Amino acid sequence: MKKTTLSQVFFALLKRDLLLAFRHRAELFNPLLFFVLVVTLFPLGTGADTKLLQTMAPGIIWVAALLAAMLSLDTIFRSDFEDGSLELLLLNAHPTSILVLAKVLAHWLITGVPLMIIAPLLALFLGLDQDLIGLLVLTLLLGTPVLSLIGAVAIALTVGLKRGGILLSLLVLPFYVPVLIFATNAIEMAMSGLPVTAQLWILSSFLLLAITLTPWPTAAALKLSLS
Amino acid sequence: MMKFIHKTASPPYFYHLSGLWIPWLGMITLLLLMAGLYGGLIYAPTDYQQGESYRIIYIHVPAAWMSLFIYIAMAGAGAIGLIWRIKLAETVAVCSAPIGAGFTLLALVTGSLWGKPMWGAWWVWDARLTAELLLLFLYLGVMSLYVAIPDKRVASRAVALLALVGVVNIPIIHYSVEWWNTLHQGPTVTKFDKPSIDLRMLVPLLIMAVAFKVYYVWSLFLRVRVELLERERNSQWVKELLKQNKESQA
Amino acid sequence: MKEFFHMGGYGFYVWLSYGIAAVVLISNIILPVYQRKSMLNKLAKKIKRAEQLK
Repeated sequence: MKKTTLSQVFFALLKRDLLLAFRHRAELFNPLLFFVLVVTLFPLGTGADTKLLQTMAPGIIWVAALLAAMLSLDTIFRSDFEDGSLELLLLNAHPTSILVLAKVLAHWLITGVPLMIIAPLLALFLGLDQDLIGLLVLTLLLGTPVLSLIGAVAIALTVGLKRGGILLSLLVLPFYVPVLIFATNAIEMAMSGLPVTAQLWILSSFLLLAITLTPWPTAAALKLSLS
Repeated sequence: MMKFIHKTASPPYFYHLSGLWIPWLGMITLLLLMAGLYGGLIYAPTDYQQGESYRIIYIHVPAAWMSLFIYIAMAGAGAIGLIWRIKLAETVAVCSAPIGAGFTLLALVTGSLWGKPMWGAWWVWDARLTAELLLLFLYLGVMSLYVAIPDKRVASRAVALLALVGVVNIPIIHYSVEWWNTLHQGPTVTKFDKPSIDLRMLVPLLIMAVAFKVYYVWSLFLRVRVELLERERNSQWVKELLKQNKESQA
Repeated sequence: MKEFFHMGGYGFYVWLSYGIAAVVLISNIILPVYQRKSMLNKLAKKIKRAEQLK
């Protein structure tokens, strides 16, 4: 038998997940549609006062992105759990924590990146200052991978359960709070012309922390869920 | 050393031992609570700024301390359970959650009741209250996860894992929320170099804190005993225990 | 004595706080005690049934 290196397995997994996602395009668009819908509902609910919408824009976009990311978490492991390929993943000789990272990366590319692409459009809907759109995308770039990484732990814990939906949101949302706080705070500070480097550094450190710390509990939780 | 730990942590031995401890723990809790309540409600002088309303502090602050303490204890027990596979530690982690959630809820409600006369509103989005609310969600997550997983052995290990992840996140949540908003009074008790709180107010507060800690152990032992009985219902020691009970009743 | 319950006008808030504290603390003791009793009863009945079947 030919021996495969870790990076070969990593990229094979990544490629497989991306391919699978592109074959089920409808699933790909669902979180995105949800994101757009939620943002559209806000002006209808609060009235289309430009000033009000402008001040609320970072919060609205980020909360909607957070909920969309949460809704899409199920796709990280669910189908693999159902067809048994998750067990094969755990039986692989390479460390599960790194392979898990490949799956999370695929998930982020499928769900996080589209959110980033559509966010500027929604920012214009809400009348966010054009100069701030770059910053909004930057916070999403730093923040959404953290959402996927943390979400992977929670979904790994609940993947064996039939009705994990509401439980998942209860498990995940408290952990999402710091990202939400610093991302929206950065945009709000920039609105009033203050420097935001501190917030961006903190968001980057969250990302590094999440990359280094979450794969282990995810792998451990998967082992538990399959035991 | 490990032998001693494994012996003490074996379910039948712990069940027996905790049965002996429980009446004492209950008595110590009641004595400490009486002392703390006397100190807090009668002995401590009136606050010159907040009047009598500050007496809620004797519930609010110890409850808030306990809410954090129990979460850390839960994560610690969970870690011990995961690493050395000690059943008792897993059970302790699981049984801590409802007690901790109770204290968190208590801290929130008393905070709200204290806030109404002081801030003029039942709820203010201040940093510590918000962090406490998030802590309550963390506890509820732990409890619902335990209920949701049918196999209790797997469930307690999942809970231990979640508690461990949560304990890393607690300081992050705390500082994020602090950054987000600060409205609360500065920490008055930890400033030992320059005590800004009257000693006659501080002593009852510390007594209440100790009382709540002993109470936690008391309530925890009671809960762990139920959980052990349920999990080990088919084991020999539970059957023998039931036989003894029957004989003593006859 | 009346003054003590009045709490300088804050009686409602103070006593409601202590009351809720009492409810939470007592229920966390009563509940497991009750659960243990019902659990022991349940297990005893189960054993009795098993013996009758023999």
